[in-house]
Amino acid sequence: MHDMSAHPTQHGAPTSFIRTHVFSIDHKVIGKQYYALALVAAVVGMFLSWLMRIHLGWGNFAIPGLHLLSSNGAPGDVMTPEYYLQLMTMHGTIMVFFVLTTAPFAAFGNFFLPIQTGAEDMPFPHFNMMSFWVTFVAFVVMVTSFLVADGPTLGGWTQYAPLSAVGAVGGPGQGLGVVLWATSIGIFCIGQLLGSLNFITTTLDMRCKGMSLMRLPLSAWGWFITSIMGLTAFAVLMPACILLILDHVAGTSFFVPSNLVINGQILPHSGGSTLLWQHLFWFFGHPEVYIAIVPGMGIVSHVLVTNMRRPMLSHRVLIYSMGALAVLSYMVYGHHMFVSGMNPVSSIAFSFPTLVITIPSTIIVLIWLGSLYGSKLRINSASLFALGFVSMFISGGVSGFFLAQPSLDIMLHATYFVVGHFHLVMGVAAMFGIFSGTYFWFPKMTGRMMNETLGKAHFILSFIGAYCIFMPFHYLGMAGNVRRYQAFTDDYLIPLIPVHKFITISALFTGFAQLIFIYNLIYSRFKGPLAPNDNPWEGTSLEWSTATPPPHNNFGDKMPVVYHDPYQYSVEGASADFIMQTSPEKISSPDEEK
Amino acid sequence: MAKIFAVVIVLIAIASAIPIIMHTWPLPQDISVHGHLIDEQFSDTMAEAGISFLASQILLAFFIFKFSNPKPGDKVKSFPGGASGLVIAAFLLVGTECLALGVFGVKAWASVYLTPPAADAVPVQVQSGQFAFYFRYPGPDGKFGPIHPDQINEANANFFGIDTTHDQDSKDDIVTAEMAIPVNKEIHLLMHSKDVGHSFYVPELRIQQDFVPGLDVSVHFTATKVGKYEIVCTQLCGLGHYNMKAYLEVKSQDDYDAWIKQQAALQ
Repeated sequence: MHDMSAHPTQHGAPTSFIRTHVFSIDHKVIGKQYYALALVAAVVGMFLSWLMRIHLGWGNFAIPGLHLLSSNGAPGDVMTPEYYLQLMTMHGTIMVFFVLTTAPFAAFGNFFLPIQTGAEDMPFPHFNMMSFWVTFVAFVVMVTSFLVADGPTLGGWTQYAPLSAVGAVGGPGQGLGVVLWATSIGIFCIGQLLGSLNFITTTLDMRCKGMSLMRLPLSAWGWFITSIMGLTAFAVLMPACILLILDHVAGTSFFVPSNLVINGQILPHSGGSTLLWQHLFWFFGHPEVYIAIVPGMGIVSHVLVTNMRRPMLSHRVLIYSMGALAVLSYMVYGHHMFVSGMNPVSSIAFSFPTLVITIPSTIIVLIWLGSLYGSKLRINSASLFALGFVSMFISGGVSGFFLAQPSLDIMLHATYFVVGHFHLVMGVAAMFGIFSGTYFWFPKMTGRMMNETLGKAHFILSFIGAYCIFMPFHYLGMAGNVRRYQAFTDDYLIPLIPVHKFITISALFTGFAQLIFIYNLIYSRFKGPLAPNDNPWEGTSLEWSTATPPPHNNFGDKMPVVYHDPYQYSVEGASADFIMQTSPEKISSPDEEK
Repeated sequence: MAKIFAVVIVLIAIASAIPIIMHTWPLPQDISVHGHLIDEQFSDTMAEAGISFLASQILLAFFIFKFSNPKPGDKVKSFPGGASGLVIAAFLLVGTECLALGVFGVKAWASVYLTPPAADAVPVQVQSGQFAFYFRYPGPDGKFGPIHPDQINEANANFFGIDTTHDQDSKDDIVTAEMAIPVNKEIHLLMHSKDVGHSFYVPELRIQQDFVPGLDVSVHFTATKVGKYEIVCTQLCGLGHYNMKAYLEVKSQDDYDAWIKQQAALQ
């Protein structure tokens, strides 16, 4: 632990516009930049999903103006099969990397981790600035692939080899499109590695006086655990992307075996392994699921505690369970590969840890439910989205029971059941975590309040809409509906088309509901009522002890000293309903960590 | 708002369960010997997952309904048994459930993947390529001739790269665009991809297996019901992925014998 109160400010407040708002080394500005990037990426990703869903519901429908996006991909405004796959690949990639990783982890974590630990900034602020700007460059490179003559890659966000490694002969977008994809993701990894390094060192070395690790709020724990996963997972994905690029540009054959024949020609590659890509990708890919969801768990726990007016049933058990998820996430990745041709005994070996991971997940849910019991629950937009997160996490989690078993994966692998599972558990749940954090921390980030009525309307429409979209995916999967099809021409799939139409209508409806949020966000940023005080939700952690918005060095002239656990609510005999971490008031609480 | 939300959660939970209980979109019919093991495992898992889903969602809704918008003076209460009770419950209930599902599930998996094919299983080779399946039967000698990638020529219908001039084993091989198999007879399916990753999925057979370019893999199964079924590709393989399919005809032994004779004559 490091007593920051004895040290001068790390860096002075910038004076120029560029250093204040563009190339800023202030973690709060960087956090906002990440949020803005994630918001733009989310709008792009959602727009792509609309186009995909319209095509899946009504395949020959001419979407007005679509040819402007790609004259080859949408002649006469009707999407071609390859363009569907290209949009699908971009939707998955943008959502997983630039929204679900960026917003809950990099955006909120950057803004609030140093504040919640009582630090003036992160220890490597220039690395922090670099982490955002390389992520921005990565996004630009990814979007640039739309401008390539034959469009972006169509290989899906998982980019399975050898389709991803054989070059342009594999199909539209498989040449330059893949190189741009791998370049973008490789650059993205650099950003995440730099960010993770900062998060870990901030948590371990920059805590203020009195802030023991167990006194960190659950949100800080979520970011800390995620940063450890980020450091190890992205460190594997980045070299994998480099090897993929080399297969394209340097004549190597890491992922392409000998004697492949495409278009009547034997490819010049030899000796590579197609399963190698899957092992490398999923060694990153499964922890990535938790990189997307653990920050949400932390944020939602933090929001719930504040609105339940009581600490969690056990602060420690929740932290240990999140840690167990992180550790187990590296041991389960093979469940993505049950029918891949991997040794079938390995499938059994990967199946058991996958089933075991349901234990810490269940403990987390039970701690949330048990803590709700007997609480004094305040209902607002933030707490509603947090509760919605719990509901979505349960729904997405129970389908994991099926997919953890190799025998059931024979039926369900690569079907819409999988799509429903991961959209609920890491897509919608993580998005709800982002919304919850936004409504909760908006006053601290901007000094203004968001509109609660609009927030509640946004919540209920999104909650119902998300279930209408993603629950039917499970039914489709059980009926054998294969994913990544641009049309359903098989005899047994044709009767399922009305379900796809229902899902498309639900997706458009839910998408429009997000416009309420965007309006609320932008309007409130400039015209919302000013936050009534520095602590509008009556929270206890350090972000509520400082000014709104926080000053450049977070705490002004006086660095905080922490006296209590993060969540001292409804303490018997205390002077108020809540006791802030910085309050020197002596209390006797059974929950107080030593 | 809290009470509306709680009601919405319960309604969604019930609405989600109805199609499962009513079997609105059931699993496709099972036409394989091993399929019932998978289906039973599926039903057991559905029961356990379904109960967990309904119980958790209803409990969540009930707590939101009961404990939201407290009156001034209300005091917080602790959950009976505290966190330790819940942790023990999670370990005992979910741990046992996981162990049971895992252990019993191995039986179904092993029936497909950990047992060798019968000695008299009918060998069929399937080759996947963008965007079609082709099938090869070994003919009377029971042997497949080698594949020569440099001789693959779709214009000449030499989909497998067979050299009938030099390879003795290839001379009687039978290549078809549709797959036919005899009913109640084990099939040993040898899988080869000529280009990128594909998959062989017949929902009714309860079989799904990826092709691995550069590595030949195999599965074995026995179909129990005569009929025509679809083989579809489930591994994204390019722009024609959605349309990559073939038909599987399960025939009586007599019909199969007649069919293979007819196909041999067409070679």
